[in-house]
Amino acid sequence: MAEAALRLSAVAVAPRAGPRTGALAEAFAGWTLAAPAIVLMWLMLLGPVVAVIVLSLTDWTLGAPAFRWIGLDNYLALSKDRVFWISLQNTLAYVAFTVPLSVFGGLALAMLVESASSLRGLYRTLLFLPVTSTLIAMALVFQFAFHPTVGLVNQGFGALGLPTTDWLKNPSTALYALGVIGIWQAVGLNMVLFLAGLKSIPRDLHEAAAVDGADGAWERFHRVTWPMLGPSLLFVVTITAIRALQVFDTVQVLTDGGPNKATSVLLHQMYQEGFSFLRTAYAAALTCVFLGMVLLLTWMQTQLMEKKTHYG
Amino acid sequence: MAEHLQRGRFGIPSTGFQVFRHLMLGMAVIFSVAPFVLMVAISLKPPGEVFSPQFTLLPQQWHAVENYTLAFTKQPLLRFILNGLFVTACIFAAQALVALPCAYALAKLRWSGRNITFVFVLLGLLVPTQVAALPLYIGLWKLGLLDTYAAIILPSTISVFGIFLMRQYFMTVPDDLISAARLDGLGEFSIVWRIMLPSAMPALVAFGMLSLVWNWNDYFWPLLVIQTETLATPPLGVVFFNNAEAGTNYGALMAAATAVTAPLVLAFLFAQRWFIDGVTMTAVK
Repeated sequence: MAEAALRLSAVAVAPRAGPRTGALAEAFAGWTLAAPAIVLMWLMLLGPVVAVIVLSLTDWTLGAPAFRWIGLDNYLALSKDRVFWISLQNTLAYVAFTVPLSVFGGLALAMLVESASSLRGLYRTLLFLPVTSTLIAMALVFQFAFHPTVGLVNQGFGALGLPTTDWLKNPSTALYALGVIGIWQAVGLNMVLFLAGLKSIPRDLHEAAAVDGADGAWERFHRVTWPMLGPSLLFVVTITAIRALQVFDTVQVLTDGGPNKATSVLLHQMYQEGFSFLRTAYAAALTCVFLGMVLLLTWMQTQLMEKKTHYG
Repeated sequence: MAEHLQRGRFGIPSTGFQVFRHLMLGMAVIFSVAPFVLMVAISLKPPGEVFSPQFTLLPQQWHAVENYTLAFTKQPLLRFILNGLFVTACIFAAQALVALPCAYALAKLRWSGRNITFVFVLLGLLVPTQVAALPLYIGLWKLGLLDTYAAIILPSTISVFGIFLMRQYFMTVPDDLISAARLDGLGEFSIVWRIMLPSAMPALVAFGMLSLVWNWNDYFWPLLVIQTETLATPPLGVVFFNNAEAGTNYGALMAAATAVTAPLVLAFLFAQRWFIDGVTMTAVK
């Protein structure tokens, strides 16, 4: 008590010394150093997110002098919009097609790369190469590969006696042709993420499993690698799914949503409504649906993560 | 130790497995590298050979000089690449300048707004950039900034990912180092640049690589805000080229695609350790 009183009086007498002014200076420094980031974060990211939600409750169009509050009318209109349901369905089909293949493809490649040392570095480099490439430029290469007569895909399929088609112009294959491009770019990234996950599994665990009689490769995978990879797997599935929801570049440049809306996806519809048809508020409502789906995925990830940790 | 290196992670591989491994990985490598090979192969061919029914890897008649000359003269391809370098450099400079002090404040200083600011950084990480596009577009339109370099750069000056990454890295810097710097009379601002920055170089390089890849390749945002050809970034420029040639001159188009893709692929091959470290850091939360 006495000591505390003494310290208090010391602060009162000499406010420039002592711990309190240090704390004040530290708080001042904290706010000052973080201020530019806080301002920009609200100006460029969080503020616009709030604005897009507010905008979706109005009837504003770009350039209009005034707007009215129309509540949920934009969402009501969305629910009656045939194109919206097609876009939603296409987006989900794209996610369902690309995520399993690029996640399990990435996992299989990571395990194959890690399972022996020969050419390990070379394989890793070459398989990661698509991740750094400019997707738009590579999309144009794929467009050539999918060319109905001179494309490599049809030449290869024809030589093997498999059916050929104009992949990007056939409504039943176009979305999946775009999906192949998505998988091509995502697999290498997922492989590298799984490599990091595999490295974090203690080597002893595999040896212990071997001692316990788990000598087959499958047995070791089933009993050690798979359970230990749980958190990595969940993370990779989530970010791959979120990236797949964001599919836009290949759609815009290769099919423009066609043929007959067969490749219309959420972001592409948002782009068309907002920037071609200038229905700004309607596009804002579409953006909110898109944001909702991304947040739902993240929420599911955290729920599953918590469940996992209960098992220890 | 040497035996460990030889064995790989899952024990001693049998010969049969070795063959299987190389077979599977070889097929995967063909899938991942084929588009690059195809791109370069076509960029060397004359139009007649591009559309020949039988594909060959090397051209019968070399047309590389013509294709690349056409690519660089028909459209301002060099300008697109310089635009890309300029824009990505400005963006990363701004991101680092803003993120480093904030990351230091979040990691090492006690102030009343620290927790709430960190919560907003985490919230920002959840939001895809496309969500902010409409309001940002409207704001830039009101300011008369559409179709300028500023329109491309400004929205990317903040990277919540960068703040998060640097904050995680700064947490591992020992407090003693900072106390010693304070005793030497360094202010908090100098500590960020003279003590924290040098110690965080690996994280900063990884952040720089990811920022470069993301902003060089970004197509969505430049597509929205840029109309003038001379302001186009590389992906937008290639699409301008594609639209102008209407898919007839594949040789020159692939030459343009090669020129746009090459800088990042070469950067990756020279600095792949940092690339891969950077990507891995995103996973370690």
